[in-house]
Amino acid sequence: MISYLLRRLAFLAGSLFLAGVVIFLLLRTLPGDPANSLLAVGASPEQIAAARHEIGSDRPLPEQFVTWLHQLATFDLGNSFISTLPVGPEITSRLDVTVPLTLLSFVLAVLIAVPVGFVAAHRSATWYGTLISGISQLGIAVPVFWIGMILITVFALQLGVLPAGGFPQDGWAEPGEALTSLALPVITVALVMSASLIRYVRSAALDVLGSDYLRTARALGSSFGRAMWRHGLRNGAVPVVSVLAIELATTLLGAVVVETVFALPGLGSMLAQAVAQHDYPTVQGVLFVSTFAVLVIGFLGDIAQRLIDPRLRGRLSGGAR
Amino acid sequence: MSEPTAMESTKPTRLTKPTKLSGPAKTDRDTGTGKEPGTAAGASRGRRSPALVAGCVLVGLIVAIALVSLFWVPYAPDDTSGGRLVPPGLPHLLGTDKLGRDLLTQLMTGARIALEAGLGAIAIGAALGVCAGLAAGFATRWLDDTLSTLLDVLIAFPTLLLAMLMVAARSASLGTAVLAIGFAMTAVIARLTRILVKRVLALDYITAARTSGTSWPRVITGHVLPNIWPTLVVNLAQQFGLAVMAEASLSFLGLGAPPPNASWGRMLHEAQATVFTAPTGVVAPGVLLVMLVVGVNLIADGLRDTLDPTRRRTR
Repeated sequence: MISYLLRRLAFLAGSLFLAGVVIFLLLRTLPGDPANSLLAVGASPEQIAAARHEIGSDRPLPEQFVTWLHQLATFDLGNSFISTLPVGPEITSRLDVTVPLTLLSFVLAVLIAVPVGFVAAHRSATWYGTLISGISQLGIAVPVFWIGMILITVFALQLGVLPAGGFPQDGWAEPGEALTSLALPVITVALVMSASLIRYVRSAALDVLGSDYLRTARALGSSFGRAMWRHGLRNGAVPVVSVLAIELATTLLGAVVVETVFALPGLGSMLAQAVAQHDYPTVQGVLFVSTFAVLVIGFLGDIAQRLIDPRLRGRLSGGAR
Repeated sequence: MSEPTAMESTKPTRLTKPTKLSGPAKTDRDTGTGKEPGTAAGASRGRRSPALVAGCVLVGLIVAIALVSLFWVPYAPDDTSGGRLVPPGLPHLLGTDKLGRDLLTQLMTGARIALEAGLGAIAIGAALGVCAGLAAGFATRWLDDTLSTLLDVLIAFPTLLLAMLMVAARSASLGTAVLAIGFAMTAVIARLTRILVKRVLALDYITAARTSGTSWPRVITGHVLPNIWPTLVVNLAQQFGLAVMAEASLSFLGLGAPPPNASWGRMLHEAQATVFTAPTGVVAPGVLLVMLVVGVNLIADGLRDTLDPTRRRTR
């Protein structure tokens, strides 16, 4: 397990480096000069040259790349073109919204999906088993922003029980207020997320319920609950955990859209705004931080799988391959 | 999407040597179902898959709307003469939006844009992804390792982020959105292709074909591609749904096709403020979007059941 951990860590570090290269190359090699976004239309060539010099886009690519790596290593992500403030601290303050949003939605989605998915598998022949499958099939096709809009309409505008959007100015100083303003976004994300999770839980549970070891345990006199607890849970958890890691990463990134719908000052709305303003340092900073998060989540998912199922420990990455 | 004979193409797990066009005089490949004498029966059985039929109806409706919009729409997309926020009725069947544009017109052109986005992204993703996957699948060990690590990292980049990165570097347009979504898809398709290729290459009949003197190009066209395409097609159908959704999300964020192109995502964004005065503007594009994505997913499920003989029993 230790040697596995070390190898997996090396893979993580390598992936991070590659991610840095990909972000750098994509932003630099695509047409369009970042200097243009600094200036108004009709700037003179001298102004453009000065702007290029200021942000360093006139230097050769390898030199720019070394600068970018140096920035990453020192956690200095540069200054925003628009606000001229450093990107790093801005990202940290935005995480106060995005991280709770992601984690709360994730927990709620798991709390919905695991029991519902299990019931859908256990009672697959009944009408409600079919109904659950049907709803989750529909759920994965509904765009997250549409659910958000409908929830806002019903709960915020019609019933007036929850705020339609926004986040308290002083953040988590008033935990109750902050939680209330996150309520609708969390429900929105959790609903969409649980729709796809239910399908995985259901199919994992179907595998377990039809397995020989469960039948053997029952034949040996174990009660259904005990057999599921001792044998079913561990076996069923492996595929679900690999999906969970992917879903958690997706949620983090789905935050882009959800935060825009609910006007939340999170990482996602920061990225959307930066993209619209061609604010390169902010775009690459946010992208690197979110890719970092996605890679770390994948790492934790792989570790969790191997803790649950010793049979996987020889393999480097992924249980779902 | 295919001639009926190809539907019978064998799974990699079969040990019989498959041929691309297996004729009706087939052997006992479908022992699981046991009652399929020939391809015709297999094909008609496939057509009866309820998921496939339902999916085709839903997608067919959207395609029909898009086709009609090519030749006729009730009003010009930027015609604002009808007055703002007219309720549904005559002469504006679904009413108008806050700028006075006809909603039905926008919905119809939106159908076309959604389909264009999906098809365009799939074409790019499939062309690049299948080639990269084949290359990785056939490559020597170190090259394969390098490529698959690269793919793992690229997969960590979700579609929407990659698309936003490209929109940041270029400008917001349908072309940029489609290109970005297609690129983002490439990694997923390449990884799947690589796994499928590896699986097929490990089988005995490939060794048999090679030892009996078949050239690699012939092995690819005659054995590898026919064995991997059913799974690939199902995956591409699923990716199509994701691409449509990604385009809608980008447009919703204002990073998709600029006006006067009516994208469902942008319509939803614009209608958000007037949800009480003109609820049709929120409901109608959403319903069409869901119809298209559900339809495509149903087709994917139906195809999987039809193309994969081992799944027929479990259904």
